[in-house]
Amino acid sequence: MGLEAKLKQDGFFTSTVDALVAWARKSAVWPMPMGISCCAIEMMASGDPRYDIARFGSEVMRFTPRQSDCMIVAGTVTYKMSHVVKKIYDQMPAPKWVIAMGACTSSGGMYRSYPVVQGIDQFMPVDIYLAGCPPRPDNLLNALMQIQEKIGRTKARDFQDRPLPELPVIQNN
Amino acid sequence: MEKITSREEVSTKILQALLNQETDITIEDALENEMILNMGPQHPATHGVLRLLLRLDGETVMACVPELGYLHRGYEKMAENMSYYEFIPHTDRLDYLSPMANNVAWVMAVEKLAGIEAPPRAQYIRMMVSELARIASHLLAIGALTMDVGALTVFLWTLREREKILDIWDILCGARFTNSYTRIGGVANDVQPEALAKIKWFIEQFEENIDECERLINTNRIFVERLDSVGVISAEDAIQIGFTGPNLRGSGVEFDLRRATPYMFYNEMDFKIPVYKEGDCLARYFVRCDETRESIKIIRQILDKMPQGEVIANNPKRVLPKKTEIYSKMEELIHDFMIVNFGINPPVGEVYSAVENPKGELGFYLVSKGEGSPWKCKIRSPSMVNLQALPMLVKGHMISDVVAIIGSLDPVMGEADK
Amino acid sequence: MDLKELVTYKLKEKFPEVEFDITDYKEQLAVTFDKKNIVNVASFLKDDPDLQFKLCEDVTAIDWARRKNRFAVVYHIFSLKLNSRIRLKSDVDESDLSVDSVAFVWKTADWHERETYDMYGIIFNNHPDFRRMYMPEEFEYYPLRKDFPLMGIPGSLPLPKKDE
Repeated sequence: MGLEAKLKQDGFFTSTVDALVAWARKSAVWPMPMGISCCAIEMMASGDPRYDIARFGSEVMRFTPRQSDCMIVAGTVTYKMSHVVKKIYDQMPAPKWVIAMGACTSSGGMYRSYPVVQGIDQFMPVDIYLAGCPPRPDNLLNALMQIQEKIGRTKARDFQDRPLPELPVIQNN
Repeated sequence: MEKITSREEVSTKILQALLNQETDITIEDALENEMILNMGPQHPATHGVLRLLLRLDGETVMACVPELGYLHRGYEKMAENMSYYEFIPHTDRLDYLSPMANNVAWVMAVEKLAGIEAPPRAQYIRMMVSELARIASHLLAIGALTMDVGALTVFLWTLREREKILDIWDILCGARFTNSYTRIGGVANDVQPEALAKIKWFIEQFEENIDECERLINTNRIFVERLDSVGVISAEDAIQIGFTGPNLRGSGVEFDLRRATPYMFYNEMDFKIPVYKEGDCLARYFVRCDETRESIKIIRQILDKMPQGEVIANNPKRVLPKKTEIYSKMEELIHDFMIVNFGINPPVGEVYSAVENPKGELGFYLVSKGEGSPWKCKIRSPSMVNLQALPMLVKGHMISDVVAIIGSLDPVMGEADK
Repeated sequence: MDLKELVTYKLKEKFPEVEFDITDYKEQLAVTFDKKNIVNVASFLKDDPDLQFKLCEDVTAIDWARRKNRFAVVYHIFSLKLNSRIRLKSDVDESDLSVDSVAFVWKTADWHERETYDMYGIIFNNHPDFRRMYMPEEFEYYPLRKDFPLMGIPGSLPLPKKDE
């Protein structure tokens, strides 16, 4: 980081716990790639060598919601799919953030038709609405930076007393 | 007709379809203890939002029921409510791995219905972009298949090649992903010299790169053994199930719409149709690899033969005028107004027009009542038909093979669900 | 002998009692006949050694809204031998929405017919697995019918609850 070059002997830092935790939280946002349609391909492209999402500490795409912080909803959410999206969102542990990638996810976009939900904010909270149909990968990286900025403003105690969601447990027999 | 209201009944209906399937699978040391596994719709290997219900004995798949519709966006209903021009951007999002090819398919169907003919240069450009789209789509198919069976590097390499094609499209029409490049009666603009130079550069270096990718995995024992004799389908069954495109050619049927019912200038092109007899996942993978090379061959010929001239037909009542002319000429302004507001009003009739898309046969069935918007538009999507073979292919294989089989069929849910 | 003559000759020879209306528009052959013969005609076209329409490309329906026979079922079939495509059409009236399934002739018709049922509500008899294709099972309407609005019927499809 350049700091260690200035050191003569062993050194130490002083900082607040809040700043440290926020820094740790925002530098490793593990996305949950909810790839539904066209935007998913651009989301994949943002992981490729040219755009390289790894520069922002987010290359670890976790396909299980239990291990992720930020859900990227990439693609048209239909009424049939909305239950699945909500269920996966509920399974993610707090703190969690949501990027609504693309016009269809944010507002229904060009799909003004009977099966398409006109914006996912009707059934779940959204932190970033990302314009474009689909947004270019650099635009997704920009959204990620905005999320990081938002996470940077959180306090360490912010998410402590949030109740865990009650999930239906499917039992055998 | 029975009406279903409660949720309990609903879940049993899909489940019942699974349990109703007769299974003729016999396993040695069967566990005699069946399990139902739900795979998808959110699953990294199902290429989108495909949901499978699998009936398992241990790890062996006894029966499988695919459930579609998680990405049903009502395209056919929307087409009935908008003009023919307005639907061009929607075709981008059908098979979103090769938007250009879909654009071409749609405008060809409309031109057939309305009796417009695009000038030769426009047709050559269309051929060129659809072959580029074929390469782009196959590259992702190859990459995703290899990633599904565990070789991540190839995915990054093929995606690197794909980015080059997207760059070409970026120059060509200003959008890298959803292009909407074609227009009824031609294409939006002529090919720029920079785009041509970039295409030439791309086809020069491409074969070397695809060879590199193939060298990496073709002799890799894990890769080959995971695909060899997995998901075998005979030629007879493949036709019966309605396979088209690379999947059909992987089963040994030499059928390609570019040859069978030549459109544009494909009958003047010299290219081979790669056919493999085995009908397994590996054969389908090889067909895709070989097809990218054939596409390069076609593009090379197109670049040699491409004539000069207009890129949009001279038909003021049906073809949108150029934007610069709308701002300076009265006639063009009126035509633009009429076409945008009332549509192109093709004569009463019905046509079915199909082209060879990267995934297979993409057909549009249009019924016109002489109005600005189609009375009926049916999209015959190859992915949906190809997916239909899935229960047949996965029977008797392991769960991990299901992933490889889906990858080798290369479905795109945007197109399968419409 | 061109395709139209061949198909006309073959069908007339095999089914003398059935009325066929064979039209040619933009070099596309359409054969219209009564819906109760659909399975016989389909299996004949598929199995005849001179025709071999083995590839069924598409099954769909048209809603003519105000016509007497409101719906029409449309099949597109392709012959790999002749390299040509024909279209089969049968009228279906709203009073009797059932058509015999051709899923046993061409296996691919299975999903196409399910889709047609999902979108238009046409019932296919003897279908092996008759369910909705795209829409959820509890959905009560048929979206591609002309009396169904583009934006759907409010409340007909449930959304998950938003929690605060």
